[in-house]
Amino acid sequence: MSGLQPQGRPAKPRVGLFVTCLVDLMRPSVGFAAVKLLEDAGCIVDAPVQTCCGQPAYNSGDRGTTRDLAMQVIEAFQGYDYVVAPSGSCAGMIKAHYPELFEEDPNWRAKADALGAKTYELTSFLVDVLGVTTVDASYDGAVTYHDSCSGLRELGVKRQPRKLLASVQGLTLVEMQDSDVCCGFGGTFAVKYSDISGAIVEAKAKNIEESRAPTVLAGDLGCLMNMAGKLSRDGKPVQVRHVAEVLAGMVDEPPIGATKGPHSA
Amino acid sequence: MTVHSTSPQFKQNAARALNDDQLQKALGNVKQGFIDKRQMAADKLPEFEALRDSARDIKNHTLEHLDLYLEAYEGKVKASGGHVHFARDAQEARDIILNICRDTGAKTVTKGKSMISEEIGINHHLEANGITPVETDLGEYIIQLRNELPSHIIAPAVHLNATQVEEDFRRVHTHLDAKRDLSEPVQLLTEARAVLRERFLAADVGITGANFLVAETGTSIIVTNEGNGDLTQILPKTHIVLASIEKLVPTLEDVSQLLRVLARSATGQELSVYTTFSTGPRRSTDADGPENYHVIILDNGRSSMLGTAFEEMLRCIRCGACMNHCPVYHAVGGHAYGWVYPGPMGAVLTPSLIGVDKAGHLPNASTFCGRCESVCPVRIPLPKLMRHWREREFERHLTPATVRSGLQLWGFFAKRPTLYRFATRAAMGALALVGRQRGRFAWLPVAKGWTKYRDFPAPQGETFQQRWKRERKGARA
Repeated sequence: MSGLQPQGRPAKPRVGLFVTCLVDLMRPSVGFAAVKLLEDAGCIVDAPVQTCCGQPAYNSGDRGTTRDLAMQVIEAFQGYDYVVAPSGSCAGMIKAHYPELFEEDPNWRAKADALGAKTYELTSFLVDVLGVTTVDASYDGAVTYHDSCSGLRELGVKRQPRKLLASVQGLTLVEMQDSDVCCGFGGTFAVKYSDISGAIVEAKAKNIEESRAPTVLAGDLGCLMNMAGKLSRDGKPVQVRHVAEVLAGMVDEPPIGATKGPHSA
Repeated sequence: MTVHSTSPQFKQNAARALNDDQLQKALGNVKQGFIDKRQMAADKLPEFEALRDSARDIKNHTLEHLDLYLEAYEGKVKASGGHVHFARDAQEARDIILNICRDTGAKTVTKGKSMISEEIGINHHLEANGITPVETDLGEYIIQLRNELPSHIIAPAVHLNATQVEEDFRRVHTHLDAKRDLSEPVQLLTEARAVLRERFLAADVGITGANFLVAETGTSIIVTNEGNGDLTQILPKTHIVLASIEKLVPTLEDVSQLLRVLARSATGQELSVYTTFSTGPRRSTDADGPENYHVIILDNGRSSMLGTAFEEMLRCIRCGACMNHCPVYHAVGGHAYGWVYPGPMGAVLTPSLIGVDKAGHLPNASTFCGRCESVCPVRIPLPKLMRHWREREFERHLTPATVRSGLQLWGFFAKRPTLYRFATRAAMGALALVGRQRGRFAWLPVAKGWTKYRDFPAPQGETFQQRWKRERKGARA
């Protein structure tokens, strides 16, 4: 892995890992993969006590609860040089939306701005901030990559994961049709408008299948659970993983929605 | 009151649309056609992104000084011999139009494409009063025959296929040979042209919409691809322009900038086939044109958006790019939205015009994927405005009780990190134990909507925070 390219950055930046509630609860191995990638890149990683960025409340119109949770996150993470999340959605929430929550509160607004300025999605942090160009990992076979919406459109995450994946030994990236089109997850949307969400993820699953890659990767666990759940429901033997797992070479855990053993997917 | 809305039944509408094979096939065309063409047009114009900024700024400036520009526009129209009527709501607009038609003794009215005319339900009103309205845009003509609303703001009949159109033509054009061949789309087009040509010549009044109203000159502008708008406004004695307050633009220079983003965003064309400027009635030196020129400027709830977060929505120039790029629109089509304006722009505008109590589903039925905002030529932050509607609903306790109490419960734990860690540890441990064998759940009691279409992956068991505490305690820098 390439070392740091110091540009007024601390030699060993202290990174607060925003694990995200989904990774914390559903798939902690993604969090540990993120820790490995960050430590390999020379960071000192810590994961302070945390819950959720507040997005479910924010997107349900509950600004009060969102603000409370945002203040909790701002305080928990103010002491780090950077905040990194293995999710474009949660990083986007902190970076793009926290400041909007405190438009009438200059004190908290300043704190939200400060936090937003040092918050990054994982692959974007590695590539854009740390200048990482290669990772020390191998993965056999073809993968296809789904661009999760918030990371793509709020944070410009597109080439960074691809750049890192290109350095994984044995891995070939096969682009699916419409990789940048929503998978239909949308948080509570998937449950509230399940018919529509079901139709959108059906189209996504079709594109994944038609890419003929046996593995699909993405940078957000919500989308991954949605796609994995659809693929397994339809009996499609596609392995679904968070991109961090592959980049960190940590693929011992069964893919999302699968069990250990040969007939897992 | 405006046209009837089925927006409260959005979910049922959507379910019906998802099971309509013919509609699903037609929607495939939206996905394929518009997106690539827009992208190619944008890629060919290096200053496209800068033009979007400029388009946004022009509309913002106009909205900030809308009173002044409306006044200036009115003055210019009057000076050119035309009339301006301000209509507070749909009823006033319908009355004004009916009165003008009656004054001219009109029996037939031709119409260019106008979403505002759909909004005020003018066709039914004219029919109820013995006047025959004839839509002259091909798509609008087809849906008029079917007594439907447009399903798309620039491609009103995009939900239909050629066979359906053939059936409608055979049903309505009974004066033509029943054995005629209509198997090719071009034959349908030829027939529509022939039928409409007679209607153009017979019309007493022509009603068009307006893409822009220019304050500097008192000009109204329409862009079309079929030329029907020109025949609608030039041939009859009376031309009625039906527009809404946010169509105002200060100068011709401004319009020329907006036109550069409009067609590219809509259809990927550099310009529409026809861009027609009309200023007042026919002058003595003009070869043709109407004798009477009326402009109706509709408010219908828009002025109450000024000065609020929703003012940004008034920048909309009705290109349709947001719906062309929307995965929800692709899935259910325009009619599911239940009122005049579908897609993301409709999800923001409809609650403003008919009330969020009726249209509450629309801003909620979005994944917030942001693709609409990324292509909007005037950079309307559509997801943000949909979220504003969700906030209004939450404040007014319109959010469903189950969602509210679910949020409350979740919020209670999320605000108490220690309790949260303890509770989630127990919950995930139990869930992992149950789901261990298959690695997923085919059914979960609290997430039936989820498991109806997909499995729910089982958690790994231990939470991240649990393991971190166990493995890394003391590793903090």
